[in-house]
Amino acid sequence: MSGTFVGMPAFPKAAHEAVGNTTLRANLRHATHTIRDKRAKAVAELDDWALLREAGKQIKDHTLRHLDTYLVQLEETVTAAGGTVHWATDADEANRIVTHLVKETGECEVVKVKSMATQEIGLNEALEEAGIAAYETDLAELIVQLGHDRPSHILVPAIHRNRGEIRDIFTKEMGEWGRPAPEGLTDTPAELAEAARLHLREKFLRAKVGISGANFMVAETGTLVVVESEGNGRMCLTLPETLISVVGIEKIVPTWRDLEIFLQTLPRSSTAERMNPYTSMWTGTTDTDGPRAFHLVLIDNGRTDTLADEVGRQALRCIRCSACLNVCPVYERAGGHAYGSVYPGPIGAILSPQLRGTTSEIDASLPYASSLCGACYEVCPVAIDIPEVLVHLREKVADQGGPGHRLERAAIKAAGWILDHPGALAAGERVASRTRKLHPKKLPGPGAGQWTNSRDLPQMPAEPFRDWWKKNRT
Amino acid sequence: MRVALFATCVNDAVYPSTAIATVRLLERLGVQVDFPAAQTCCGQPQFNTGYRRDTEPLVRRMGRAFEGYDYVVTPSGSCAAMVRDNYPRIAAKGTDPRLTQVADSLVPRMYELTEFLVDVLKVTDVGAYFPHTVTYHPSCHGLRMLGLGDRPTQLLKAVRGLELIELPGAEECCGFGGTFAVKNADVSAAMGEDKVRNARSTGADVLCGADNSCLMHIDGVMRRQDAPQRALHLAEILASTEEEPWS
Ligand code: SF4
Repeated sequence: MSGTFVGMPAFPKAAHEAVGNTTLRANLRHATHTIRDKRAKAVAELDDWALLREAGKQIKDHTLRHLDTYLVQLEETVTAAGGTVHWATDADEANRIVTHLVKETGECEVVKVKSMATQEIGLNEALEEAGIAAYETDLAELIVQLGHDRPSHILVPAIHRNRGEIRDIFTKEMGEWGRPAPEGLTDTPAELAEAARLHLREKFLRAKVGISGANFMVAETGTLVVVESEGNGRMCLTLPETLISVVGIEKIVPTWRDLEIFLQTLPRSSTAERMNPYTSMWTGTTDTDGPRAFHLVLIDNGRTDTLADEVGRQALRCIRCSACLNVCPVYERAGGHAYGSVYPGPIGAILSPQLRGTTSEIDASLPYASSLCGACYEVCPVAIDIPEVLVHLREKVADQGGPGHRLERAAIKAAGWILDHPGALAAGERVASRTRKLHPKKLPGPGAGQWTNSRDLPQMPAEPFRDWWKKNRT
Repeated sequence: MRVALFATCVNDAVYPSTAIATVRLLERLGVQVDFPAAQTCCGQPQFNTGYRRDTEPLVRRMGRAFEGYDYVVTPSGSCAAMVRDNYPRIAAKGTDPRLTQVADSLVPRMYELTEFLVDVLKVTDVGAYFPHTVTYHPSCHGLRMLGLGDRPTQLLKAVRGLELIELPGAEECCGFGGTFAVKNADVSAAMGEDKVRNARSTGADVLCGADNSCLMHIDGVMRRQDAPQRALHLAEILASTEEEPWS
């Protein structure tokens, strides 16, 4: 039903198209600037923001350091509360487990809570192959799914769509999957929301299996937490008889008390709200209410590899607030699809190459998809130093010596020699200065051509500074 | 007080006027400044492109070049940030104990020009005269890594004849980003064009910044557009006086 990211081209190629699409750029600019200003205000309201940020970072780092212990504890507490815990090393295994669990119920359709983890493993596609229809119930995910599209933002996956496009998608596609859109649907937000509500209501009331992710898992109590805005998630979490939650192993917090930090920092960072409208928490199963059966599928899928990297592991602190996307000047212009992953923007640029490795063209190019401006690090509520990780990953990519990097390494080595020999450097500078009249404004070829396509080269000075100094000050 | 100028490789080769302005400015403020000729490049381009090990000889060179000085002053926020933030990282990842010695010794002595003026010399009015309208672009590394805050604008506001006009979207990156400018040229250029659009909307004669690599990119876009504006380093504005105006 929805598109996948397999075989994506390198970031610069994918971004080229987006940069040329002025409507997309205008949509993204408007959307990201609005939310970034709101976030700044929401954060400025708290005078202990810096402390909350530091606490969030420390809790996550502590948990990651003792992840083995907390995972075992979580398994015990979830099991004691009536849930069943499954372990999946990779996407395929996780998909197999979930497919099997759904088949055991005899159902052939499921309703889904918005979840990054299930998108990461491509669960919908796997279920579809097994003849099981998975219905996204988050409004924006519904738009993406009905539009046979790919998400382009963590929090607002349909951020690249405008109201007119959404109306067209609803009118054309809803009937294929259930209740059709009302006759004469317009593009007013209220009508669009009502159309989605009617379409989804039917699914909620019929579904016997719900699938979710989780924002947090509390090791101490075995409680899972989903934070959302619409209430559609809560429908999926409470109405079906079977609930299957697919969660990355890094989503653990040790104690219930730890939530006090993240339930303050997450909504303010992501939707700029003081508190999100719906926070659902469940601990195993309850006899008189909610799902009869609860399965927790814990996925690794590259996380322990990431954890093994001393610099890169901080990416696992991420609480998926998407603040880094909203402030990123590169995301704003390249759009989410260019990142070739369900994790776009700055966090995607450091997470995807770690979870998937850097062998594919897109993953090897992601660490370079940043000007290292640091706006992401500044807003990140768990203080992930994204620029630091980007540079660290660039070293990994350069070391593996893929196409282009061998030449680059040779150039760096040559420059390194010159820079370690000031005499040679001065000679080179003098040649550049003396031939300055001959320098063209535009240069051909990769590198220089990339610069001069849109910018003039600087004019070379009459003499380098070191010569001025020698003449005037020694 | 022994003060050394770290001119940076970009200023040495391409923008000597900025380094000269820094020397004149510091001398006017009574600081005797030296230019150790052993200096070349801090290693930022190599480091940020993923060639950390290739920066090690440059780190050692920086250590040798600036040994014995009380302060090392540089008119480049990103080069100061390179030393301050990344030398300790290079030392930690490397195996040579000399890298740690350099990081330990150089980091506390490394000052970006506006830090040195405001924090060490404790001046904001440097006696400059610059009868033009100016808008200020705070480069990312100065803004976020060094936390320069309002030091540059304090200095600009005290310049006689200068009218400072606020730059819309000032804190947004200009899109230079070192090799980013060529590796992701489309996005980089789009960012540069937005920066120049904002700068042009102020109507200011000059876009001022404290990092010539960003200014090279911004000025390159301006000249490509035949914009009436020019990008100019803060040091050149601060060095300008009635007797010796900027030209
Ligand atoms: S990296 Fe930080 S800012 Fe970005 S989504 Fe994750 S928690 Fe939010």
